[in-house]
Amino acid sequence: MATTTHEAAGHAADAAAAAPGMPQLDFSTWGNQIFWLIVTLVVIYLILSRVALPRVGSVLADRAGAIANDIAAAEDLKQKAKEAEAAYDKALADARVEAANIVAATKAEIQADLAEATARADAEISAKVAEGEKAIAEIRAGALEAAEVVAKDAAAEIVAAFGFTAAPDAIDSAVTEKLKG
Amino acid sequence: MATEAAHGGEEGGLVFHPMDQFIVKPLFGGEGVHWYTITNATLWMALTVLAIVALMVLGTSGRNRIPSRMQSVAEMAYGFIYKMVEDVAGKDAIRFFPYIFTLFMFIVTANLLGLVPTAFTVTSHFAATILLALSVFLTVTVLGFVLHGKQFLGLFWVSSAPLAVRPLLALIEVISYFVRPVSHSIRLAGNMMAGHAVIKVFAGFAAIAAVSPISIVAIAGMYGLELLVAFIQAYVFTILTCVYLKDALHPAH
Amino acid sequence: MEGDIAELGKYIGVGLTAIGMGGAAMGVGNVAGNFLSGALRNPSAAASQTATLFIGMAFAEALGIFSFLVALLLMFAV
Repeated sequence: MATTTHEAAGHAADAAAAAPGMPQLDFSTWGNQIFWLIVTLVVIYLILSRVALPRVGSVLADRAGAIANDIAAAEDLKQKAKEAEAAYDKALADARVEAANIVAATKAEIQADLAEATARADAEISAKVAEGEKAIAEIRAGALEAAEVVAKDAAAEIVAAFGFTAAPDAIDSAVTEKLKG
Repeated sequence: MATEAAHGGEEGGLVFHPMDQFIVKPLFGGEGVHWYTITNATLWMALTVLAIVALMVLGTSGRNRIPSRMQSVAEMAYGFIYKMVEDVAGKDAIRFFPYIFTLFMFIVTANLLGLVPTAFTVTSHFAATILLALSVFLTVTVLGFVLHGKQFLGLFWVSSAPLAVRPLLALIEVISYFVRPVSHSIRLAGNMMAGHAVIKVFAGFAAIAAVSPISIVAIAGMYGLELLVAFIQAYVFTILTCVYLKDALHPAH
Repeated sequence: MEGDIAELGKYIGVGLTAIGMGGAAMGVGNVAGNFLSGALRNPSAAASQTATLFIGMAFAEALGIFSFLVALLLMFAV
């Protein structure tokens, strides 16, 4: 016990001088440190809670809001793009249907034109054929008649050549008879 | 001053004074250290305040939506502590966020500033850390009794244990409750002091030419470790504050 | 002479308290190792438990710090 008191006394005496011991246990500086530390902490607390933390909090909230807004806007744009795509698809389908309609109509028209043209051509052709046939018939009739005349003339000549005279009527009738024959 | 003179007398050979760096001395001369004296501790506390202001106030003065480098560090610290308070202490502890953030910023800044060569480490002194730990302890205890009254004592009465061992458990719980500020403060100061003292011891070895390269490498290694420890001790102090705060807010065991 | 013997006992005691540091080392190592083995089994749950890891390490370390405190008291206060 005596040692302890001696030590303590020694400590107190040469706390500053010798004792390469612990400055942390030099209680004469505690009041100073505690006082200044309280000042420091209060200052830091006031600065942080009044200025820094609300500012950082508002910046973070602002950023979170901006990000949320941007995401919403992007979602909106995506929706719009989808709508536009749907509209485009619809327009495309409409155009396709219309084109098909036009094609069908044009085809029908062409078909009708074609049929008309064909009919006209047919009629023309048949008219020409009829004309031709008529001409042929005329030519045939003309040829028949000519043959009869030639035959009658030939018969009269032949009769004359034989030295006979015959009545032209008789020859005519005889030739006509024969030709009918 | 007197100490250095005394050491100066015993020159020659290896001299270790690893604890000299922790001496609190008046900055502008004068006799003794009074409560109002401006000491080196006061200087480094003021520098801590300045560093925090530079980071948290000047760094964020732009209020940029796309943060500058300083601002993103400030935001990272904010988010880190906010998430810690929310996760560990619960959502209703958010109102203590400025208080916890103050503790964290002070400790981490003082620890890191203490690593500047020839600096004085504020958090290596028991006076400082005991004040910090006691402020947490008193806050938690007062808050617990204000919020829950006598029910707060249920923290010590482990109702899930068999009745026979409950008094014993209660005794252990009470002891561990009152040991909290001790371990809370000694851990921080002890870690800081030990790291700085070890660096000083290695620096003392650098006086021998043959060993000096090794000692310099060792100092560099210790310095890296101390950077890690400086951050981890601030983190541990803060997270334990959150844990204690949770006990005060939700004392049910 | 009497004081020298007290001094001797003091330093022996301080040396003995350093053993406490080994205990704290084992404790902290145990916490970290078990956390790592758990984290490697289920890495997705690891991130949410780092706070618990640090709390556990802090508590394990606290007991080592008590031996440090005892050493300090022996060295400078007794």
